[in-house]
Amino acid sequence: MGRFSGFLVTLRQMGRPRLTTQYPKVKHDKPARVHGRHVLNRYEDGMEKCIGCELCAGVCPARCIYVRGADNPVDDPVSPGERYGFVYEINYLRCIHCDLCVEACPTEAITETKLFEFSFTNRADAIYTKNELVVDDDGRARRMPWELWLGGEDDHTSEWMRATSPSGSRAYENRVNWSGELGFGVRPPEHGQFPAAEGEEK
Amino acid sequence: MSTLVAIDPLLTGDVTWSVFLVVLIKVVVAFVILLVAVMLYIWAMRKVIADMQNRIGPNRAGPYGVLQTLADGIKLFFKEQSIPDSADRPVFRLAPYLSIMPAFLMFCVVPIGGTVSILGHVTYLQVFDPPIGALFILAMSGLGVYGVMLAGWSSGSKYPLLGSVRASAQLLSYEAAFGLAILGVLVLAGSLSTHEIVAQQHWTNAWSFATHWFWLKSFVAFAIFLIAATAETNHPPFDLVEAEQELVGGFNTEYTGIRFAIFFLAEFMNVITMSAIAVTLFLGGPSGPGLGFLSSTGTVNVWLMPIFWFTIKVLALLFATVWVRASLPRMRYDRLMSLGWKWLIEIAILWVLVTVTLQVASDANWNRPLSAVIAVGAAVIAYGVLFAAMPKAHETIEEIR
Repeated sequence: MGRFSGFLVTLRQMGRPRLTTQYPKVKHDKPARVHGRHVLNRYEDGMEKCIGCELCAGVCPARCIYVRGADNPVDDPVSPGERYGFVYEINYLRCIHCDLCVEACPTEAITETKLFEFSFTNRADAIYTKNELVVDDDGRARRMPWELWLGGEDDHTSEWMRATSPSGSRAYENRVNWSGELGFGVRPPEHGQFPAAEGEEK
Repeated sequence: MSTLVAIDPLLTGDVTWSVFLVVLIKVVVAFVILLVAVMLYIWAMRKVIADMQNRIGPNRAGPYGVLQTLADGIKLFFKEQSIPDSADRPVFRLAPYLSIMPAFLMFCVVPIGGTVSILGHVTYLQVFDPPIGALFILAMSGLGVYGVMLAGWSSGSKYPLLGSVRASAQLLSYEAAFGLAILGVLVLAGSLSTHEIVAQQHWTNAWSFATHWFWLKSFVAFAIFLIAATAETNHPPFDLVEAEQELVGGFNTEYTGIRFAIFFLAEFMNVITMSAIAVTLFLGGPSGPGLGFLSSTGTVNVWLMPIFWFTIKVLALLFATVWVRASLPRMRYDRLMSLGWKWLIEIAILWVLVTVTLQVASDANWNRPLSAVIAVGAAVIAYGVLFAAMPKAHETIEEIR
């Protein structure tokens, strides 16, 4: 065919399967450690995990977290300890999703979801307050009106935390070292994070 | 009525209101057909090109994105129209219509069906059938360049000007080859009327597509026609007029809104019209086998089948156009010129001479194989001499130095 072979190249494409995903309708599974927006987790009994220690705010390189702690009311405690997060705000116009807050958190209270499709139209919406961040009574992230996500995308809210906690080290493989959470209980450890390789350093 | 328009049996008698009505219906239907065809063609072109590039293509507006063109048109219609300060305002406003009118008018002489009866009047399924049909096609395709040229000139901007200069040079170059390719068919058909040309390619038996249609008898002219028509319509690989990488948008850079849409419409309308003309001249127009088990005078065989065959052939040519568009890169400008001037025009002239010789030979009962061999041999020798006399690339450089 020589110089006409280019015509076959284009014609051949017509029968090939398409790689395009019809995005808003169909979504690829996201990698285990995608950094989406945060949630504030609760224990299985419904108590909040956040103790208002402000370590997340201190470590945040973008300074987008604002936390104020307060003493737990004696008759109606919010969290199991002495203090709880009284004010908790994250400004998503500044957040860079580095997850240093997740690593800093001593109680696994703040973790990241895989949800990232927001289209807020004003600054007030961009600042998530505590009511918006705390998971609901089923342990699920709360859906804001400007967030676009489908059912099931909020299943893996704390996966990133489990991957980066000390249990992520190979010495702790398959050892659960994290607390249970509302709606999900104690999450199973990840599989296949370390492929079996001999002579590999721990 | 004078013989200038009187070939159509509709117009041979007295002009009554019903005759006027039939003409009006035909005009409106042709107009609508062409507009809808352009809409669907742009969508189909984008879909096919997407298929050929392993993409999906437009799929949001309507089923399979078929309304995408409509959505784009509506969007462009409601957009702001700007006119540059340096523009020649009346000409700038006029140019889009100069570009779209010839495209419409050219389609009017194309027979899209057989001879039918509307409101009791026997008539051809074409808007009008002048005895000078082929010349009319040439005139209109020549007029089309005015829109492009005036648009570029009146924009008062350098890139549109460059685009329109390219357009006029390219169209003038390929108009010659285009006309000569048509001439090959006219010699065979012995008529300029498009209806007559189609009538000569009528369907008699299963081999009519080779023996009666003109594409095989004048295959060289057919090839030249296709190349020249692609160049005439500024379709890739000859779309230097609107080479985005070099000229921003070409002649329509300064156009916005509905005026830009009209240029866009005209360009694709030209493609459809050119395909229709290629079908008329070379591929038998609406001729094709009817459904044998139905009455040969019934509605299906008189109305539907000719239109069906015409549509199929036009679609095949349009697909080929899109295929070329998806496959070939844009030509370099000097290559474009040398293809037109050094190859197409010479070959077209010689092919016309060969066709004329063969036609005269068959009319005068000469020895046909012998005259064919002599004619083709003489043409090859003539082209060899021409080619030897042409400056080659390195020779030109030597002379300049």
